[in-house]
Amino acid sequence: MSDVLDLPLRNEHDVVAARQLVRNVMQQHRFSLVDQTKLVTAASELARNAIIHGGGGSMRCETGVYEGRICVRLTFEDQGPGIPDLSLAMKDGWTSGGGLGMGLPGSKRLVNEFALDSKPGRGTRVTVARWK
Amino acid sequence: MEHIPILRMGDCLLITIQVEMHDRLALTLQDDLTSKIYATGAKGVLIDISALEIVDSFMGRMLANISAMARVLDASTILVGMRPAVAITLVELGLELPGIHTALDVERGMQKLRSSIATAQAHE
Repeated sequence: MSDVLDLPLRNEHDVVAARQLVRNVMQQHRFSLVDQTKLVTAASELARNAIIHGGGGSMRCETGVYEGRICVRLTFEDQGPGIPDLSLAMKDGWTSGGGLGMGLPGSKRLVNEFALDSKPGRGTRVTVARWK
Repeated sequence: MEHIPILRMGDCLLITIQVEMHDRLALTLQDDLTSKIYATGAKGVLIDISALEIVDSFMGRMLANISAMARVLDASTILVGMRPAVAITLVELGLELPGIHTALDVERGMQKLRSSIATAQAHE
């Protein structure tokens, strides 16, 4: 990974900032419009999760060449309450409150790589990546 | 506070979302629109999202809510101008916006809206 950008996630305006950052990086690397839209949408979902469920956190955007392909990888971290049941959180339509329950499972469908790491009381880390 | 303008055209309300949607702005739009339908007795609502680069689950829910709220207030809603990349992403995300009427552009949307209002009035 050659290029690293960090963004704090504190409020809804940072969700917009996260979308813009990912959009700019993908445009620089000439990803297709559909690829851009998918990763930007996933970033929007995950940034909002970090703020609403995690009480705020950060996004790291890494870009580099990975096995000969350009890859944009996003890591969302928060120090919130964590997710007690990971398989439940990945089910379509399951929500801890308020939302549609599409954020995590939906984001997974929009990316090439998805990793979720969370323990109750120890925060949540979600990593997603899209390759060109 | 930031607001998205709602324009009145006869018995329809027109909304063109031209700015980056943040969550509070979406909620403000819901409130503003329901008040405006109530105040004007509008029968149709057209929402143009051709400038939106993404629609995520929050915005999708907002659009579905707006359509449902308008229906309860006796107004039909049509969503127009969705970009192809947004449509692909939305369906893969798992949001198919059931119950929301759509059209490709404002002109076709207006035609559809007018005919659904006419049909509704013929039944009254």
